Amino acid sequence: MPVWLSDEEYTALEVACERLLPATDRGPGATAAGVVGYIDQLLGAFTFDPPRIWAGGPTSGRHGGVEGFAEFHPLSPLDELAWRTRIEGSQGRPEREFNGPVVGWQERYREGVAALGADFRDLDGAAQDARLRADREFCDLLFTHACEGMYGAPEYGGNRGLVAWRAIGFEGDVQPRGWTDEEVTRP
Amino acid sequence: MTVDAVIVGSGPGGATVADVLTAAGWTVTIVEKGRNHLLDPDDLTRPASDYSNDEVKFHARYFLGPDPLVEPRTFRSSEEDGERTFVGEVNSVPSTVGGGGTHADGKVPRFRADDFRLLSRFGPQEGADVDDWPIDYDELEPYYAEVERSVGVAGTDGANPFAEPRSGPFPMPSGAPMFGATRSVAAAERLGYHPYPAPTAANSVPYDGRPACNNCGFCSFFGCPIHAKGDPVAMLRRAFGTGRAELLPETFVARIRTVGGRATGVDVVGPDGAERFLAARHVVVAAGAIETPRLLLLSGFGHPLIGRYLMTHFQTIAAGGMPFRTYAERGRAVTHVHDDMIVGDELSRQAARDAGLPWLRGGLVEHSGAALPILEATHYPWGASHADLMADSPIRSRLWAMIMQGEDLPYASNRVDLDPTVRDARGFPAARVTYRAGPHEHAASDHFGPRLAAILKEMGAEWTAVTTSPGRGNAGSPEAVPESRHNVGTVRMGTDPSTSVVDPLGRMHEYENVLVADSSVFVTSAGYGPTLTLVALAARAAHLLAGTRPA
Repeated sequence: MPVWLSDEEYTALEVACERLLPATDRGPGATAAGVVGYIDQLLGAFTFDPPRIWAGGPTSGRHGGVEGFAEFHPLSPLDELAWRTRIEGSQGRPEREFNGPVVGWQERYREGVAALGADFRDLDGAAQDARLRADREFCDLLFTHACEGMYGAPEYGGNRGLVAWRAIGFEGDVQPRGWTDEEVTRP
Repeated sequence: MTVDAVIVGSGPGGATVADVLTAAGWTVTIVEKGRNHLLDPDDLTRPASDYSNDEVKFHARYFLGPDPLVEPRTFRSSEEDGERTFVGEVNSVPSTVGGGGTHADGKVPRFRADDFRLLSRFGPQEGADVDDWPIDYDELEPYYAEVERSVGVAGTDGANPFAEPRSGPFPMPSGAPMFGATRSVAAAERLGYHPYPAPTAANSVPYDGRPACNNCGFCSFFGCPIHAKGDPVAMLRRAFGTGRAELLPETFVARIRTVGGRATGVDVVGPDGAERFLAARHVVVAAGAIETPRLLLLSGFGHPLIGRYLMTHFQTIAAGGMPFRTYAERGRAVTHVHDDMIVGDELSRQAARDAGLPWLRGGLVEHSGAALPILEATHYPWGASHADLMADSPIRSRLWAMIMQGEDLPYASNRVDLDPTVRDARGFPAARVTYRAGPHEHAASDHFGPRLAAILKEMGAEWTAVTTSPGRGNAGSPEAVPESRHNVGTVRMGTDPSTSVVDPLGRMHEYENVLVADSSVFVTSAGYGPTLTLVALAARAAHLLAGTRPA
């Protein structure tokens, strides 16, 4: 179950992200990595306590150490103001509009997905790409988030089963193991 | 209660002052506008465990601050651009306990004697206010030596033929060379350059109760999860260990209050938004070369040079695609550097003459790669080729780079002032940066850029490309915004109150109990990272204030 997106929006974004980061014989695509899970968790970050903005430290447990990434950091009042404004928009609240109104990511996604059209998933690839290119600003935002979801730590909701890191031979967060001097100098 | 000193900012400068003053028996309150992710809030003598190898958290989501949505800066390249061309992140150094020390990759070179003597050694440059510093290398050397031990610096004695004399050895030997650097060092040596292991504030052996660096590779722009990096953790821990230091995180200094020619303390805004007064015998400002002049201007201080002469290094970056993997994700981000392009040669002197300049200077050259997959992914076009590009990885796995920290000259028109309308979330005017590189910086970049690329070709590069930061395109575009983070020079140090804001100790000419203890006081930018020099200056100022001597 998505935490913020509707089921229809989730499906449309999966189709869109697979166009941006498609599977090939060299690696998995956005769908296999659960990239839209990342986007949904970001847009719905404040449905969790603590909000899912910053994964904890110092280690994930993948290379030893505690599973600290699983516990997210609490936000300060200023952090919460920043991230609620960025995600939810300023909504006319004076404390969020000290430099004027801010359109939040939730609104940009809701409108951006709607603009792709109800028939988006049924179009051929070239037509889907044309719809994506029609709104350059939304497409750039989606691509940035898709890359974060694909190649970020899985605690943020994407890179499911580390498929994206495995495909490119990236070890990810290597603490507390790190690399030996030999591995650094003579790999 | 009146403390002996209130210190504005907990970065390398403020931490050093806190360490020296508390050791001398002073009481200090450290006011930091960012959060504390560095030290255990229940025991400030112990490190926290908030940092991690997490590209989303540190690169995409401003974990170390400042978040440009609530603490924006504005930018323009000159007054002709109008009030501003950009609002957002402008050359930000972290806003967090530990300041810029937390995200730096720990390259901590000393300056050379020439760097303090540009005017008398080389002469003036038209359009720039080149000057000598009021202190020299020999005067600063004992403080360089002390702070190298405080932060823990690894290096190789005698490896840099251009280095000045040292009073003692590096506290630690150099750490493991990165594989890519072993190749670029060999190539640079074949071309007659003199690369050497970078003096680095990352432990190569256990030091001062902290472990040796384990080469995780998440160094630049990350906090160190194991505290092997010489961020101010050591100095702050010592200061809090005396019981004479208090930390106020998430607290913003609104203004310095003065009566007559003396400061009486600061007005601060706490995390709850309430404003209160902190009385102090001395006010130490160590907020960085953008926030420090912002605070002096917010305080209504009137010296016309406050904020002038912003310098930040004009970086020239040569990148090369290698026919082999460079393994840039393993190790300390940069393990080797060379000084040849600061020192210059007959060819660079000829290039200056050809450009109609009396002289030109480049900067320290860092041998480095790029390591992180999100950064890489956003640089490739989306669509069918993306997964193949990520697998072949021309950026993350096969790129190697020469990054020159080009010395930029002090121009009065490059400055920090208060934006007329843009505010931070607390309601205070944002800092506005006005910055444009001059003829000297462009001529130096034009001369040295192809020479940087030639090193990469000698290393085996299949292609090379040279860019600069800030970029040289349209002045109004975001690429004109500097990104080096090496901000210096906005509260100039000197003996003459008409041409400088602070005296040779860092005390304001107008308010002698206001001490500026960060890179704002730099007279010229040198071609080296500013951290060790600003820390040495802060230690010197604090010792002279307290009447103590360097250890």
